[in-house]
Amino acid sequence: MVRKIANPHRTIRTIPQDRTPIPEQPPEVRRSNFLEVALGYRSQDATLESERCLLCTDKPCVAGCPVGIDIPAFILKISEKDYRGAYDVLATSSLLPAICGRVCPQEDQCEAVCTVADTLEPVAIGRLERWIGDMAIEEGWASIPYSRPNGFKVGVVGSGPAGMAAAADLAKAGCEVTIYEALHEAGGVLRYGIPAFRLPNAVVDAEISNLTKLGVQIECNTLVGRLFTIPQMLNEMGFDAVFLATGAGYPRFMGIRGESLAGVVSANELLTRANLMDAGDFPQVGTPLGMGEEVAVIGAGNTAMDAMRVALRLGAKNVHCIYRRTKEEAPARAEEIHHAEEEGVQFHWLTAPIEILGNGDGRATAMRNIRMELGEPDDSGRRRPVPIPGSEYEFRADTIVYAIGTNANPIMGQTTNLDLNEWGYVKTDEEGATSMAGVYAGGDIVSGAATVILAMGAGRKAAGAIKRYLGIRSVERDETRGPYGVRPGEKIHTRLMMPSGAKYDT
Amino acid sequence: MPQNLKILGRDDFSPSTFALEVYHPQLAIAARPGQFVIVIVSRGAERIPLTIADFDREKGTITLVIQAVGQSTKQMQDEMVVGASFLAVVGPMGIPSKIGHAKKVVCVGGGLGVAPLFPQLRAHKENGAYVMGVVGFRNENFLFWEKKFASYCDELIICTDDGSAGIKGLVTLGLEQSISKHDDIDEVVAIGPPIMMKAVAETTRPHAIKTVVSLNPIMVDGTGMCGGCRVRIGEETKFGCVDGPDFDGHQVDFDDLMTRLRRFAADEHLALERWQESCLAKGVTSGKENR
Ligand SMILES: Cc1cc2nc3c(=O)[nH]c(=O)nc-3n(C[C@H](O)[C@H](O)[C@H](O)COP(=O)(O)OP(=O)(O)OC[C@H]3O[C@@H](n4cnc5c(N)ncnc54)[C@H](O)[C@@H]3O)c2cc1C
Ligand code: SF4
Ligand code: FES
Repeated sequence: MVRKIANPHRTIRTIPQDRTPIPEQPPEVRRSNFLEVALGYRSQDATLESERCLLCTDKPCVAGCPVGIDIPAFILKISEKDYRGAYDVLATSSLLPAICGRVCPQEDQCEAVCTVADTLEPVAIGRLERWIGDMAIEEGWASIPYSRPNGFKVGVVGSGPAGMAAAADLAKAGCEVTIYEALHEAGGVLRYGIPAFRLPNAVVDAEISNLTKLGVQIECNTLVGRLFTIPQMLNEMGFDAVFLATGAGYPRFMGIRGESLAGVVSANELLTRANLMDAGDFPQVGTPLGMGEEVAVIGAGNTAMDAMRVALRLGAKNVHCIYRRTKEEAPARAEEIHHAEEEGVQFHWLTAPIEILGNGDGRATAMRNIRMELGEPDDSGRRRPVPIPGSEYEFRADTIVYAIGTNANPIMGQTTNLDLNEWGYVKTDEEGATSMAGVYAGGDIVSGAATVILAMGAGRKAAGAIKRYLGIRSVERDETRGPYGVRPGEKIHTRLMMPSGAKYDT
Repeated sequence: MPQNLKILGRDDFSPSTFALEVYHPQLAIAARPGQFVIVIVSRGAERIPLTIADFDREKGTITLVIQAVGQSTKQMQDEMVVGASFLAVVGPMGIPSKIGHAKKVVCVGGGLGVAPLFPQLRAHKENGAYVMGVVGFRNENFLFWEKKFASYCDELIICTDDGSAGIKGLVTLGLEQSISKHDDIDEVVAIGPPIMMKAVAETTRPHAIKTVVSLNPIMVDGTGMCGGCRVRIGEETKFGCVDGPDFDGHQVDFDDLMTRLRRFAADEHLALERWQESCLAKGVTSGKENR
């Protein structure tokens, strides 16, 4: 029987005052390996940290969570040492706690609004989430309810967090789900973008194997739109609905001189070579990395931090960050900037590139930058950086990495007549429905580059809409009579009606 | 539908060039002229873009023509024999060539580019156009598919560097002959090494003949995600894999393309050396000079 916690009347005075630190690899060690930076809580750390939660009745943190995880409920379960219970609370809202616990920007979400943060450091919600998520992987807990096949076939395009989330929910509802992925490995940005020292491959593998346990088929090496189109999926391949989650992709460049030189790459290219193609092991593997020793990364978002920290680990001597605004305005998570600083990245705040110089034989050798100062506020309310005349300077760089954002991937626009917005992203309603009946979309291909948790949330929302579209109704099952696999309170799904062989045409 | 991706046929044109017929029925149905695939030979191997040189929907195969120049392509030459399988073949990628209403078309192919030119040439012919082929090879030993071409061409000019087959000279010579004979050419399609496509574009520019070229930049994903394949088209940066591979030859910055194609030259050299050493160690002959 679960032990009820002794003192539910926690107050800001009685809780442990200091946020429980998470053990980390020291910077000088980790900057040359791909092992995880933050090693994770031990059980005593988690217990201690769980006791810092005030179990607020108004739960501001829940409102701060993009998918509305019942945060105090899962933290209380940790205090009660009911870890499986904590997992079940997490799993009702988040499908990927081990991933989100690691990569969510909690400091802007749940932890930003945590009541404790008014006085002390906020409860380490993300670390607790990760701890439970990791335990679930280790213990093999997956919420795999029994679900009777309902005869519906749903296709998911893209295996990033949005696609994974939608696939899981639909499979749990009894649909036959197939995910199509263009690359040779599943996971989307989780695989090719976010490096292993922030998100170990084993964690992504575990989440993907949970999908296959749910019966989801994953077909890699399948470029939807070109091998077959969305209308073909609906009309010829027998899919009753399709969920599009193809991500943002299409990295931006600046159009300055020297951009074509060898050594100038997008962060996505560097990261894909390193993470997906293991180019760090070249020539043992076939794909070269093409990185030199003096690396300059333009931009200061998550992607930039990842590129810089990967560069360090793959042997760059110096890594520079070039950003035209100040540290305060850098879009990356505070923790990432802090980690990058610790590992020796040199930051050039208020600096903009104006030209990339080459050696006359097509290779980049240096960058010309200009210093900036903050002027009047712009549309975004941030003070606009303006160049300081005469402040140009050159510095050595043989690898220049662009991490200044992405545009919409054009393939879906080229191969369907889905309505797109003016920037080329897929237009949907609140629920993810596109302009084509039976076709839903979510994640970065709808919102533009965003976050893992938002993509996951969009996937779940669209899965809900697809279930309604197909007429699948959820019913609560009574615990004693539930077939094996259904836990108390868990939902299983039944089909309301089967449209006799009906196809949803576009 | 997991595919078995087996090699059903192979044709060695020369000591370094060969054609593979790969079983992938779904791809054979989807393929359109001008598109390409990305193949992975084995675990840990590169993703290699290859233009689709032919497709046979009844047999369920696509044909790829490969020149063994670097480590990956030499490995393919050694390992991809009839009965072997690719680890992955993804595609078709890229925007299919627009086979418009051109009434008179010259299709210019150089070296290996002759192979991927074929589907476009055939499509133009099937579309009712008067089709002229101009294909160039180093010498008669490198010649391939001349019958295949002849059966879809109203006129075919073969050019070799030494005159051992057809006329002696570059494809631009053959193209000039066609242009002087016909003053009503609607479109020129050129596929081959960048230097050849550049020369073709310069040949047609004074005549203001629409010239479509197929670019082959270095790629990683082939889905628009990395930007490694970017090319300069006029004032714009485009991605070869999703915005191309076909572009207006008069707008392409070929010098930029050629520089970018060399960007991994040192690495490629290293990979090749290492691979040749390991082949020697295994007692395998590489390069297949003896084939
Ligand atoms: C380097 C980097 C670091 C990041 N760090 C963080 C972080 O710390 N925290 C955070 O919350 N967010 C982070 N993000 C953002 C986050 O990863 C994305 O917002 C999220 O992955 C979007 O999920 P998605 O499912 O929409 O798309 P993606 O993850 O992009 O997945 C889309 C998948 O679809 C596939 N695909 C595309 N087109 C096709 C097609 N035609 N047919 C078949 N498959 C196709 C792609 O290959 C890809 O695998 C980061 C992003 C990057 C690039
Ligand atoms: S706001 Fe903070 S203290 Fe309050 S319930 Fe949420 S995590 Fe606990
Ligand atoms: S190959 Fe990566 S974007 Fe074209």
